[in-house]
Amino acid sequence: MSLTYEDVVSKYEPVLGLEVHVELNTNSKMFCGCSTTFGAEPNTQTCPVCLALPGALPVVNEKAIESTIKIGLALNCSIAPFSRFARKNYFYPDMPKNFQISQYDEPICVNGYVDVEIETDEGPKKFRVEVERVHMEEDTGKSLHVGGATGRIHGAEYSLLDYNRAGIPLVEIVTKIVPGTGKYAPEVAKAYVAELRDILRSLGVSDVKMEQGSLRCDANVSLRLIGAEKLGTRSETKNVNSLRSVERAVRGEMIRHAELLNKGERVVQETRHFQEESGLTRSGRSKEQAEDYRYFPEPDLVPVEPDAAWIEELRAQLPERPSVHRKRLQEEWSVPDKEMAAMINADLLDTVEATVILGSDPTKARSWWLGEISRIANEQNVSVKELAITPTDVAEIVALVAKGELTDKLARQVVEGVIAGEGKPAAVIAARGIKVVNDDSALMAAIEKACAEQPETADKVRNGHLPAAGALIGAIMKETKGQADAARVRELLLSFLGQA
Amino acid sequence: MIHSSASEMATALAKGEVTSVALTQLHLDRIASVDKDVHAFLHIDTEGALAQASAVDAKRAKGEKLSPLAGVPLALKDVLAQKGVPTTCGSKILEGWRPPYDSTVVANLKKNDIVILGKTNMDEFAMGSSTENSAYGPTHNPWDLSRIPGGSGGGSAASLAAFEAPLAIGTDTGGSIRQPAAVTGTVGVKPTYGGVSRYGLVAFSSSLDQAGPCARTVLDTALLHEAIAGHDPRDATSINAPVPQVVAAAKSGDVKGMKIGVVKELNGDGYQPGVRARFEESLELLAKAGAEIVEVSCPNFEYALAAYYLIAPSECSSNLARFDAMRYGLRVGDVDGASAEEVMNLTREVGFGREVKRRIILGTYALSSGYYDAYYGSAQKVRTLITQDFTSAFAKADVLVSPTCPTTAFKIGEKSNDPLAMYLNDIATIPVNMAGIGGMSLPSGLADEDGLPVGFQIMSPVMKDERMYSVGAALEAALLSKWGAPILSKAPALGGVA
Repeated sequence: MSLTYEDVVSKYEPVLGLEVHVELNTNSKMFCGCSTTFGAEPNTQTCPVCLALPGALPVVNEKAIESTIKIGLALNCSIAPFSRFARKNYFYPDMPKNFQISQYDEPICVNGYVDVEIETDEGPKKFRVEVERVHMEEDTGKSLHVGGATGRIHGAEYSLLDYNRAGIPLVEIVTKIVPGTGKYAPEVAKAYVAELRDILRSLGVSDVKMEQGSLRCDANVSLRLIGAEKLGTRSETKNVNSLRSVERAVRGEMIRHAELLNKGERVVQETRHFQEESGLTRSGRSKEQAEDYRYFPEPDLVPVEPDAAWIEELRAQLPERPSVHRKRLQEEWSVPDKEMAAMINADLLDTVEATVILGSDPTKARSWWLGEISRIANEQNVSVKELAITPTDVAEIVALVAKGELTDKLARQVVEGVIAGEGKPAAVIAARGIKVVNDDSALMAAIEKACAEQPETADKVRNGHLPAAGALIGAIMKETKGQADAARVRELLLSFLGQA
Repeated sequence: MIHSSASEMATALAKGEVTSVALTQLHLDRIASVDKDVHAFLHIDTEGALAQASAVDAKRAKGEKLSPLAGVPLALKDVLAQKGVPTTCGSKILEGWRPPYDSTVVANLKKNDIVILGKTNMDEFAMGSSTENSAYGPTHNPWDLSRIPGGSGGGSAASLAAFEAPLAIGTDTGGSIRQPAAVTGTVGVKPTYGGVSRYGLVAFSSSLDQAGPCARTVLDTALLHEAIAGHDPRDATSINAPVPQVVAAAKSGDVKGMKIGVVKELNGDGYQPGVRARFEESLELLAKAGAEIVEVSCPNFEYALAAYYLIAPSECSSNLARFDAMRYGLRVGDVDGASAEEVMNLTREVGFGREVKRRIILGTYALSSGYYDAYYGSAQKVRTLITQDFTSAFAKADVLVSPTCPTTAFKIGEKSNDPLAMYLNDIATIPVNMAGIGGMSLPSGLADEDGLPVGFQIMSPVMKDERMYSVGAALEAALLSKWGAPILSKAPALGGVA
């Protein structure tokens, strides 16, 4: 009796709320000097402060404040002239102090918005997602529960704790409730997270890798009957680790809620965990009884009071908004929508742009990255960005082709060589002995040889049957090991046979 | 030699009349003979102290330029982390923990070549006014071994009064340096909040805690103050400004033309007659020395104690959450099948004493949703009002004065079952912590009725710590010429040795 999505949206209006946690890419942790490098040996990036040894004190990482202000500005927020850190008190073994330093009622950035555009039945439509707050906090350590069936602490035989992540700077971006998206709620949620990711990447403040957890999304969903004022009970889905999952999680929760409501049951206020394989969520911690975190201002830290001139300086340094930037590039490069979308989906827009900035023709740059190079990446089952070829290399290769020093075919060999780790393009060319044969006398010798070997074909051409030239050109190219410029070969051949 | 002041010892060291090793050994011997009665120390670091002393002697032999207190021994309150040396905070929960790092105070002591003899006893996590709350047994007042030495820093104060050390470090959250100084006839200073780094000071109440110097003279206290003070980038609440010139002030002791404000609310009812008599006498001496005595009123001080017992427990309930048996210290109940939560619960049940639990519960309650505004929120407002009281009082006077505490040392066990009576002992010292200003206690004589020491408190505005040293030095000099000998010469001999 499972409901269809159409049934759900014809009866209920979804209301969204999105909380995104972003790990900042500062070199050191939020409150101590420990390194933040991902993937180090467990518990090697710790000190008295992030292990919460008795007596140790936190000191705020200035760079993290700068990054957070940049984020706030990019999301059109006001930056609070006075904000404070607070302690969020609760016990958990992976939280060394048994309180988390966070911001509570005095966050650093408030009241912003992000506009997203999605495809609707009536064409592209803009939705405004309002941002309630952007605040700073520290990450917890990581627990690994060993021996249980669920991988959770209950039932585990023992647990391992890694405090390398404890104290990594986190920024939490919380939207206001987002009503009015109707059946497009899943798409709006996805577009919002995608836009946020692009903005954060353009600011250079985070790696924004959802799969590594440097960008994590919690999706809050509730339903109310269409036309109703009162909000429904929400669920909070965690562990949504890709853009596609954001969309799936919202859609799945909408259907789950509607099924409950249609049966006359109530939705339980709780956290739910998204399961990538099934696309379903499973019940987590109940939030029916509000947890009492006993927040109070962190007495070990002084209030954050950013200088107004500094904020303006940061505002002036903001990069172009990614959506605006994309529109501008599309116009400048005169790229059709579909091609543009292909570049964005392949996550190669910045790579192509870098290549263009280095002097390459946009169409050529695009065709290399999305064509040959993507093909090789596919073959090797890696992402394009993992290949040993850079925008500089591609720009150089494009320039050599333009100057006639490489043919397209030779250029492909150079690309292959660079990717194979044989060095920069010049080194590959030298090592492989690749060069365009543009010495006419060498070509003439090959032409004469070909015509002597295929006299009948040569006669056909002499008599005006031009398609027959193909066989001769093929032989000449073979003779010159493909290093000749085919256009020039044809020109010389036809003139030799009196047809030019 | 052990009865000399720290500066006299420093002079003897500089002149080569004694080596630091010999001086340190004298104090270790003294500890060995009297500490079984006094119990000022929780840990004596014989090896570390002698090694440090011998290093200073070597530096001096090479003619290196040394700091003023180089080679002089010191007793360290067991709430400050010292690398490799047990640090218990007077609690079972930290039994056996040896910090892998030095607190900034300890690093500064080492930089100044001050020899650390060992760690002194204290009320558990600095919560108490008698040192009876130590999990390792009480410290006894050298003036009368049946009496308390004050608290929480009773061990540090008693070590000075028992001539086990000429210098000591204390920490003061509501009076834990000043009240023990008062009841043991010694000098103790709580510097301006942020004047001395809190890094490595195991937190009781972060917004109130302040480490400070203790000694037997005002000048010694000033010398130690300058050795440990200064900005520390590891403590966000540390003040980035030059250290007040307290040594110069203690040397000059000039109060001519200074206005000394007597706080009307910190005197009168509830103050022992002998305490009031010594206070009045000190005021007369200061007037004679050229100061002008004025009266000031701080009407909100009457709420200080109540507000303090909301703020300090609130912060402590959070600060002490880290003692969970996961990474260090005591671990109880870690048997097969026990969950992390069970181990945490059991360890905290066994590891914390009654007073600590009382305050954790109080603080947890005060911060709870629905009660926050009424308790923690109101207490913070009172704190602002107290600060305003000080601001207007300091507009009328350069320093403020009061008796340090309402009574002389009480008997061990006398107030153990009456926390409120115990809390009242800090009524005059708490406002200073609430406002983050500086406060000093120095001996003003003995109470006629019981022959026990009485403390005189001097309070100075934020980062004007030098003012309390000027006044303290002037009063100390006047009292010394009146008595003819330091007050501690009147204390009874300990364990049959002088």
